[in-house]
Amino acid sequence: MPDAAEDWPDEIYGLLKEHDIRQVALVPDAGHSRLIKRCLADNDMRVVTLTTEEEGIGMLFGAWLGGEKGVLLMQSSGVGNCINMLSVPIAHRTPLPMIVTMRGDYGEFNPFQVPMGNATQQVLEAMGTLVKRADAPEDVAPTVNATLRMAFNTYRPTATLIGQRVIGAKTFGK
Amino acid sequence: MRTGPTGKLLRRDVVAELLRDRGGLLAIGGLGAPAWDITAAGDVPENLPLWGGMGAAAMMGLGLALAQPSRPVAVITGDGEMLMGIGSLATIAVQRPRNLAIIVLDNEHYGETGMQETATRHGVDLAAMARGAGIGDCRLVRTAEEVTFLREAIHAGTGPIFAQVKIDEAPVPLVLPPREASILQARMREAVLGPAAHLQ
Repeated sequence: MPDAAEDWPDEIYGLLKEHDIRQVALVPDAGHSRLIKRCLADNDMRVVTLTTEEEGIGMLFGAWLGGEKGVLLMQSSGVGNCINMLSVPIAHRTPLPMIVTMRGDYGEFNPFQVPMGNATQQVLEAMGTLVKRADAPEDVAPTVNATLRMAFNTYRPTATLIGQRVIGAKTFGK
Repeated sequence: MRTGPTGKLLRRDVVAELLRDRGGLLAIGGLGAPAWDITAAGDVPENLPLWGGMGAAAMMGLGLALAQPSRPVAVITGDGEMLMGIGSLATIAVQRPRNLAIIVLDNEHYGETGMQETATRHGVDLAAMARGAGIGDCRLVRTAEEVTFLREAIHAGTGPIFAQVKIDEAPVPLVLPPREASILQARMREAVLGPAAHLQ
């Protein structure tokens, strides 16, 4: 029996395959490490590590121009780097699914993560993104599926925020 | 190919030569004058002129080049736009797309906002930055002959290529593409994918 508490990254990987995702743009986050490993091991997926998250918005727009689907993986702090670039999929009416692992959200240790973590959903919504949250492991797969479907079926930026309750807060030994 | 008062190449002549007899080449024009330049060369579906997204033109070229590996993809952008997304040179160098060329029309100014100087005016060497990122074919282009060689290289599939083309800074008349960006993406997708593009 698959165990959602542990296996949600594998379930996301399965959804990426189901939706024929070919380009995976990311700035790494510990919460995404298992999913990233699965994508790197897949020869039908091009994993592109970005220097900043907004690069991924440009890249996935280019992918869509060429007929390929992509997804952007990042941490909540990276959402802040994307704000103006969200105008690209909005003005062009193109899909942009984002899967965001939350920091500064639930039991955070690092003060610098809190401002952006606290603002992530509002900032995305202020920029016209459809946002859904998953705060329990069993909610991750259906929420990500909805995020992928709404992006590719209705041509817009969409995001799943995976709560820190799912991922576990980094404690630096404290 | 004409030169301007500074003795440097005229931007419209450079772009007309790069897009001459273009075959299946897809072009992305960076925000500002390069978008007008590719439009002046012919407002065709294989052009994606940008009205925004400053700093992302090169990365759009990467996504497109990876999705369409058999077509040449040329990103034609400005020095200010490239500087805003300069980290993307590292991202692109690591991916090594053979069909991607990034061409910076370098007039050393922010042209759309009142001709303020960019960093390239003060000696910042974009071609050296691209070389440092690991892009194998990096060129500084100053002559008509070098533009013609660049055009041939774009079609040869030996990229990634980075070219910094020094151009005259005198303003040229606006040649505006459609401003409704959904049209711009849909027409390119249809040109690449056929009518099925709209059923994906």
